[in-house]
Amino acid sequence: MNAQPSLVMFGVFVGITLVVTYWASGQSQTGRAFYAADRRIGGLQNGWAIAGDYVSAATFLGITGLVAFYGFDGFMYSVGWLVAYLAVLFLVAEPLRNTGKYTVADLMSFRLRGRGVRAIAALSTLAITLFYLIAQMVGVSAIVNLLLPRFGDVVAIVTVGVLMIVYVLFGGMLATTWVQIIKSGLLLLTTIGLALLAVGHFHFSLGSFFNAAATVPEGARASNLLQPGLLFRGPLGAWNLISLGLALVLGTAGLPHILMRFFTVPSARAARTSVAWAMVLVGVFYLMVSFMGLGAATIVGKDHIGRRMYAGQAIHYISNHPQDQQTLDVQLKTDGYIVPKPDSNLAAPLLAQQLGGPFLAAFVAAVAFATILAVVAGLAITASSAFAHDIWFSLVRNGRGDETEHLFVARGTALVFGALAIALSIALRGFNVAFLVGLAFAVAASANVPVILLALSWRRFSRTGAIAGMLAGLVSSLLLIAISPVLMGARALFPLENPGIVSIPIGLAGAIIGTLLARDRESEAMFDQLQVRAATGIGAEV
Amino acid sequence: MKPHVKPVSWEALAAEPEFRALLRARRRFVVPATIFFVTYYLALPISVGFWPQLMSRPLVGPVTAAYCFALSQFAMAWILLALYLRRARRFDIAAAQMRRHETRELLDEVR
Repeated sequence: MNAQPSLVMFGVFVGITLVVTYWASGQSQTGRAFYAADRRIGGLQNGWAIAGDYVSAATFLGITGLVAFYGFDGFMYSVGWLVAYLAVLFLVAEPLRNTGKYTVADLMSFRLRGRGVRAIAALSTLAITLFYLIAQMVGVSAIVNLLLPRFGDVVAIVTVGVLMIVYVLFGGMLATTWVQIIKSGLLLLTTIGLALLAVGHFHFSLGSFFNAAATVPEGARASNLLQPGLLFRGPLGAWNLISLGLALVLGTAGLPHILMRFFTVPSARAARTSVAWAMVLVGVFYLMVSFMGLGAATIVGKDHIGRRMYAGQAIHYISNHPQDQQTLDVQLKTDGYIVPKPDSNLAAPLLAQQLGGPFLAAFVAAVAFATILAVVAGLAITASSAFAHDIWFSLVRNGRGDETEHLFVARGTALVFGALAIALSIALRGFNVAFLVGLAFAVAASANVPVILLALSWRRFSRTGAIAGMLAGLVSSLLLIAISPVLMGARALFPLENPGIVSIPIGLAGAIIGTLLARDRESEAMFDQLQVRAATGIGAEV
Repeated sequence: MKPHVKPVSWEALAAEPEFRALLRARRRFVVPATIFFVTYYLALPISVGFWPQLMSRPLVGPVTAAYCFALSQFAMAWILLALYLRRARRFDIAAAQMRRHETRELLDEVR
C-alpha cells in the first residue's frame, strides 16, 4: 500500500489536533481545568468523546477482522461492549459525577476514608491503564508493519507517544476531549461509509448480502458466517464465551478512562445524557463494523485478506517456500499477487481498497492512527490524574500543596508515564499483546466494579472489605491470565482464556468477606451522606 | 473533599420521606432493569455455547437464530436506555426539589 496519501491525511489530523491543543493550553491552568476541562463539556460532546475514548484501533481493525474470519463469534464482542453501557448508565455514571472530584478513587474513598483504599484504587487504575496503553501502542507497530511497511515501527510508536504527551501536557482534558470528538466523527463517518459501500455492492439488497455471508467460499467448501462456533469451539468453547462475556459486560463500568469522562460535565443529568449519546454512537459503530466484516469476507474474500506480495517479492517468496509452490503459483497467476499469511487486521483497509481504491484505503489507515492517538491520550490523562491527584496530592502531601505544584506533578506524571509506555511498547513490539485488552477488562470487572457497587449500596461495607475486594480481584485476574492458555499455551493450568468467570466472583467474595470480618463505624456513619449526595447532587463538585 | 459551608445533617436529609421516595423510585427501576439486561445478555453466550445446533438454524432468510438474538441485544439496550431517560426526568425533579430545600434552609440560617 502506498504510504504517502495516508501520511498526508494523518498529518492533517495531527495539524488540526495541535491547533486545538494550542487553543486549550490557555485554558488548562488549574487542576480542575487540567483534569476535568472545568466541567464545561456538554452532554452531547461528552457522549462523542466517550465513544472516542472507548473505540480503539483494536476494535476498529480487530473486530472487523474477527467478523470477516469468524462471522458471528466476532460479532459477540460488539454485543458485550454495547450492552456494558447499561451498567454504566444505571449504576455508575450519575453517582460518580455527584460524589467524585477527578478520579474513581474519589468515589471509593468518599466513605472509605484513609490511605489504604485510595492507594489501592490508584494502583488498580494505573495497572488497568498501563495494560490498555501498551496494547494500543504495540498495536501501532502491528498496523505500521501491515499498512505502511516502509515506515519503521519504532518511529511510529515514538510519534504516537510524543503526540500523546503533547496533547495531555499542554492541552489537558480539554484538548484530549476534542481530539476524541474529532476522531469519533472521522471513525463513524468511515464505518458508515464502508458499510454502505459494502451493502451497495449487493445493490442494497440485505437479502443477497446475508445470503452471500451465509455461503462464503473457503477453499472447496462454503462456510456460513452467520452461524456460531467458528471461533469459540471445542468442549470449553461455551465457557470461554461466557467468561469473556461477563468481563466485557461488567468491565466497562470499572474502566478508569471511561469513568473519568463523567467528571468533565457540569451535572449528573449531563453525565446521563453523555452515556445516552455514547450508547447510540457506539451501537451504530458496532453494527456498521459487523457489516464491514461480512462485507470484507464476501467482497474481498478471506484468502485475500493479509499482506499482499506482488511480482518480484512474490516470486522470491515462492522460491523460498517450495512446499506451498503450487497453490501460491495459482494465486499469483489469477490475482497478480500472493497472500502468504492471512491477517484479519487488514480486513477493513482491504475492503476500503476494493470498494474505493487506494485513496479510501489510505483514509482508513489514517483514521486507524487517529483512533490510536485519541485512545492513548485519554489513557495518559487518566494515569496522570491517578498518580498526581490520588497518590501524590492525597497520600504523599496529605491534601496540602497548591495548584502550581499539583499541575506540575500532573504534567510530570504524564511525561514519565508516556515515556514509560513508549519504552515498554518498543520492547514488547512483535509480541501478541491483544490479551492485554482482555486483561484490562477482567481487572476492571473484578477489582473495581464490585467495590464501586458495594460502596454505593451496602451500608455495612468497610475499608477492609474494599481493600480485600480490590486486591483479590486484581491478584486473581493477573494470576489466572498468567496460567491461562493465552500465556502458557497447551500446558495451561487454568483452561479459560479470560479469567472473568472466576476472578469476578473472587473479587466480590473478597469484598464481602473483608467487610464481615470487622465493623467500620466511620464508613457506616458516612453512608447516609453518600446516599443523599449520590442521588440528589447536593454538595457535588462544580 | 471540601468542607461544607454549614453542617448539614445528612442523617436528617436521608430520613426525609421525600428522599426515601426518590430512592425507592430509583431502585424500582434500576434493580429489575439491571437483572433483566444481565440475564438477557448472558442468555446469548449461554444459548450459543450450549445449543449451537439450535442457534444455527436460519430464522429470517439465511440469518440464523443466534444472529437475530445478537441483533436483538442492540434493540434491547436502546429500548432500556429510552425507558430510563424517560423515567429519570422524575428523579431529576425530585432531586432538584431536595437541592432547593437545602439551599432555602441555608439562606434562612444566614438571615
